[in-house]
Amino acid sequence: MITTEITPEDIIKKGKIVFQKTSFMNDCTLSYCPGCGHGVAHRLVMEVIDEMGIGEDTIGVAPVGCSVLAYEFMNIDMQQAAHGRAPAVATGIKRVLPDKYVFTYQGDGDLAAIGTAETIHTCNRGENIVIIFVNNGIYGMTGGQMAPTTLEGMKSSTSPYGRVVETMGHPLKITEMVATLPGVAYATRQAVHEAKYVRKAKKAIKKAFENQRDKKGTSIVEIVSNCNSGWKMTPVESNKWLDENMLAYFPLGDIKK
Amino acid sequence: MEEVKLMKGNEAMAEAAIRAGADAYFGYPITPQSEVIEYLMHEEPLKTTGMQVLQAESELAAINMVYGAAACGKRVMTSSSSPGISLKLEGISYMAGAELPCLIANVMRGGPGLGTIQPGQSDYFQAVKGGGHGDYRMIVLAPATVQEMADFVDLGFELAFKYRNPVMILSDGAIGQMMEKVNLPNQKERLSNEEVVNRYDSWATSGKPETRNRNIITSLDLIPERQEKHNIHLQEKYKSIEENEIRYEEIHCEDADYILVAFGSSARVSQKVVQLGRNKGLKIGLIRPITLWPFPTEIIAKYAGKVKGFLSVEMNAGQMVEDVRLAVNGKAQVEHYGRMGGMMSTPSEVLHVLEEKIISK
Repeated sequence: MITTEITPEDIIKKGKIVFQKTSFMNDCTLSYCPGCGHGVAHRLVMEVIDEMGIGEDTIGVAPVGCSVLAYEFMNIDMQQAAHGRAPAVATGIKRVLPDKYVFTYQGDGDLAAIGTAETIHTCNRGENIVIIFVNNGIYGMTGGQMAPTTLEGMKSSTSPYGRVVETMGHPLKITEMVATLPGVAYATRQAVHEAKYVRKAKKAIKKAFENQRDKKGTSIVEIVSNCNSGWKMTPVESNKWLDENMLAYFPLGDIKK
Repeated sequence: MEEVKLMKGNEAMAEAAIRAGADAYFGYPITPQSEVIEYLMHEEPLKTTGMQVLQAESELAAINMVYGAAACGKRVMTSSSSPGISLKLEGISYMAGAELPCLIANVMRGGPGLGTIQPGQSDYFQAVKGGGHGDYRMIVLAPATVQEMADFVDLGFELAFKYRNPVMILSDGAIGQMMEKVNLPNQKERLSNEEVVNRYDSWATSGKPETRNRNIITSLDLIPERQEKHNIHLQEKYKSIEENEIRYEEIHCEDADYILVAFGSSARVSQKVVQLGRNKGLKIGLIRPITLWPFPTEIIAKYAGKVKGFLSVEMNAGQMVEDVRLAVNGKAQVEHYGRMGGMMSTPSEVLHVLEEKIISK
């Protein structure tokens, strides 16, 4: 007969910790679908903030879209912005608190459609902030509508027969666009669907925050991600599809460094 | 130090923003209020008080810059004119929802659409009834002189922070452009970052120290029970504003048989109407609402049983008159007279209308 209660410590023996969740990610359930890349992207941003020791001096801006609730998950001071306006909100913060670290975390609908003007002009002013741009080629939050980054022929609820570029426009490479602006110090495209990409993405995010520390101007880190729910695939299928299709159109690597 | 100057209304407002210890101004040019940002850019307050001035790429961007900076507990201002305010309403609704203090000036022109660049008062509904989406209110101050353009800046900031709510200065192209003598207030010191943290650490996002929980600025709550609770809290706040912040001016109302109700430029015209009428032996008074929301309902109601009629004089098709009617509540005749499209009425024209519509009845 078992008379003593078993605690997790009895089962998991503490040894040398090789990996630990950063305390800058809150202990709560993420609102993302299982298989989605947002969780990894969140973790990388918060790990970088943790490792640089800047958590007390960082203010984040959440967008509208799947990551609208990012402020629930990140254990720092956060603001939630109107759809597409995060770079303007970040500009306001940075102008009155120039010694703080400021970043936006935005999706492709937010950054590359409704917020195009704010994105371009914030980059053009070279606002000394970091923009984390998660591109999954679709509007996830509203249920899988066509995004500015939806690939040609790709089906969505508002392009049910596939995106027709003649009438719906071409998928927008906005990171390449803003990389042409003198205010942008660093523009890069990364991914988080495999461990090797995760490591590179973290390095890129770290470089972006170091640029801010060194007052170099705007740094934009695009993360090409999956949307298994919106793409109507299993997580594994979506990662394969990302590899074969998304990365063919949105190649990884530094665009401006 | 205090100073007496001859200034345009827009310039007086800009100078008052510097002197009120504002931390930032974000704007976008539009006639007839571009002098505000022009003046600030010329004065370069960053070099004196440390106030940031930035020309945004649009009114949308400007109001969202205000959102970001206001959420850090800073004194932030923007200004525009009617079509630009329509664009700012998105941000204003978000700021009302997120309970952010800020000051927005609308130097009104005639509408709708691109309308005209001449003065108007046709954004009354937009300013006092919400304008943007959702159940929210802004405190709306209506200056009638260049002096008040200056005075209402600091007052606006004080009210904005007292209630953590957007405040609007609702002016018009005539007051924005006219030059008058103005007593400029003393320079207020800007709060240091430390002072801002000390005062507003319960809500402002200025970086989370280990000693407190994170501060979140948002208007979102997807749980209906919590969102309703937030709305109830907002309504209670608005009720307390209605109880405490009504401001108005009464001119010759004590013995009046007829009362004009007018704000801003229309109040200036109406003041002359009172004089012209009294010269003819007509006992005319004027109630000038200074806060358009909260509206001075009680003082109008007080006179409703005593006078023979009210005339609401506005530069629109009849907007404030609805609030006058609600206040009078059927106890006296209420009429409206307004010019539109950038036209301003003359005192004799208003007196004629008062005689035709009310006095001769």
